[in-house]
Amino acid sequence: MRTILTETVHTFRKLFAIICGFLKKIWRIIKHTLRRLKSRVPRFWGIHARPGFRLNLILAILPFALLIIVYLSASGYRLAQNPDDKLLPSISKMVNAVNKYAFTPDDKTGTYIMLDDTLASLSRIGIGIILSAVTGLVIGLNIGIYRGFRSLSLTFVNFIAIIPPLAILPILFISFGTGELGKIMLIFIGTFPMITRDVYLTVKKIPEEMITKSLTLGASQLEIPWRIIFPQVLPKLIDSIRLSLGAAWVYLIASEAIASQNGLGYRIFLVRRYLAMDVIIPYVVWITLIGFLVDLSLIYLVRGAFRWYSRE
Amino acid sequence: MKEKSLQKKNILHLSSIRKVYGENVVLEDIDLSVAANEFCTMVGPSGHGKSTLLRLIIGQELPTAGEIFVEQRKAMFANPDRGVVYQQYSLFPHLTVLDNIVLGIKLRYGFSYWRSRKQEYLKKVRYYLKKVHLEKHERKFPHELSGGMRQRVAILQALIISPKILLMDEPFGALDPGTREDMQLYLLELWKETKMTIIFITHDLEEAVFLGTRLLTVSQFYSDDRKDLDPLKKGSRIVTDLDLTKYMKQDISATDVKYSKVFRELIKQIRLEGFSPDYLQHVKKFNLEHKDSFQTL
Repeated sequence: MRTILTETVHTFRKLFAIICGFLKKIWRIIKHTLRRLKSRVPRFWGIHARPGFRLNLILAILPFALLIIVYLSASGYRLAQNPDDKLLPSISKMVNAVNKYAFTPDDKTGTYIMLDDTLASLSRIGIGIILSAVTGLVIGLNIGIYRGFRSLSLTFVNFIAIIPPLAILPILFISFGTGELGKIMLIFIGTFPMITRDVYLTVKKIPEEMITKSLTLGASQLEIPWRIIFPQVLPKLIDSIRLSLGAAWVYLIASEAIASQNGLGYRIFLVRRYLAMDVIIPYVVWITLIGFLVDLSLIYLVRGAFRWYSRE
Repeated sequence: MKEKSLQKKNILHLSSIRKVYGENVVLEDIDLSVAANEFCTMVGPSGHGKSTLLRLIIGQELPTAGEIFVEQRKAMFANPDRGVVYQQYSLFPHLTVLDNIVLGIKLRYGFSYWRSRKQEYLKKVRYYLKKVHLEKHERKFPHELSGGMRQRVAILQALIISPKILLMDEPFGALDPGTREDMQLYLLELWKETKMTIIFITHDLEEAVFLGTRLLTVSQFYSDDRKDLDPLKKGSRIVTDLDLTKYMKQDISATDVKYSKVFRELIKQIRLEGFSPDYLQHVKKFNLEHKDSFQTL
């Protein structure tokens, strides 16, 4: 009895010693790694982190990959339960839909539906945003430069900017028709106040000294806006357009959803009736891609054409 | 009357200038007449209206009372008669060094004139750029230059259209001592060459005494018992007006003059008269020894 007890105690002690030794080893490894990590510039964690080029790329791709994986597994799970499920269609179904809409001529018109939709939408948003950029630039410059004009119109522009554009959509459709003009006007009214205010604030930031300086160099009243202020506002205007494009897409899709014969937003809301997610998802991805590419090209335009602006 | 003859003779004439911002009187009855080819330096405690006075002379702001004459004509808003170099914001950020310098020609004489004389002017500009060691930087933008380089460009930019009067507001304030001395010598050289009139604001007494032919102190530290004035609401006046050529012979190369006894004494005196809140001179006993100075009380 006694010997058994002592033996058990002995075994337990041995076991305990082994476990302790093991834990100590692990602790030492952790400590060692921590010390090694501390002596290096961190790659990911904390404000001192400087991810290298490769890590940068991997990190940038990671959320996309995760999204796709989550979608594929969820869609696979639902389709296994019910092969006719429409909510999360498989990739092959979406490819089929894209093939039908983008690469096969339509039976009735003989044209490609996705191309038609894209061109119709792009022309609307393009005309709308150019219109509001030009108007915003002209009004913004005038408010910024001429105090008299500022008193006349700044409060009014600020007031207009608060009107929710979608709330006056019926008014726009009634007064400008449900055709192209109504949609362009919605985009225009939705985006031009912000561009105007942005231009005005940029002009206001130009120091008074610079205006005096150009007067001492012989600038006339018209040369100051044209030669001194306009070139300094231009890159900022492009930045402002970039930001407004987000809102412009909202207004475009909304107006196309309500009354239209073609366009990306029209198509999405048309096929929504049949729960055709295999069309909606590729369309949304396509819209996002267009927006992303436009944004990127505007960034590069500013960088290339206004070397002084991006590095200032 | 002395004032009338001075106004007829001198290139810049300020009579009884007063500037008030709301309740705050900044400048009180400033009388100043500057002869052509004078290098006028202006010192004074910070916040006592030096820069305000400069803004009034350029035409960036208008005086509350009083008049400014440039060559007997009343001066209003900024025009090419009066050039300016600020401590910053003198250069246009969207133009290269070369474009910044030639901008004055384009704006002053028109673009068609510039196109017809382009080569001639480029040659001239490149000559000056080389002189100030900026020939390699003509394609750069202002943000790519150091502070000293920027100021050299700003001076060339102002000089290219040869203004009658050049006003400078602490142009070398942000430069290190070495660069600063180079710039001072370079400015003196340009001044001798172009024979223009310079008004130069600085908070550095040494710089003021070294550069100028005439030194003005703008200060609120004086006493005036003629009216019951709240001493805090009292605007600045010109409290000293010295003819520096009396004290020193100007020699471009001799920066050693800064260590001479006369130089030190002069700085000590200016510091006492203009910068000491405890030493208040009476308004009728200012040290206005320069031959062009006058006072209307």
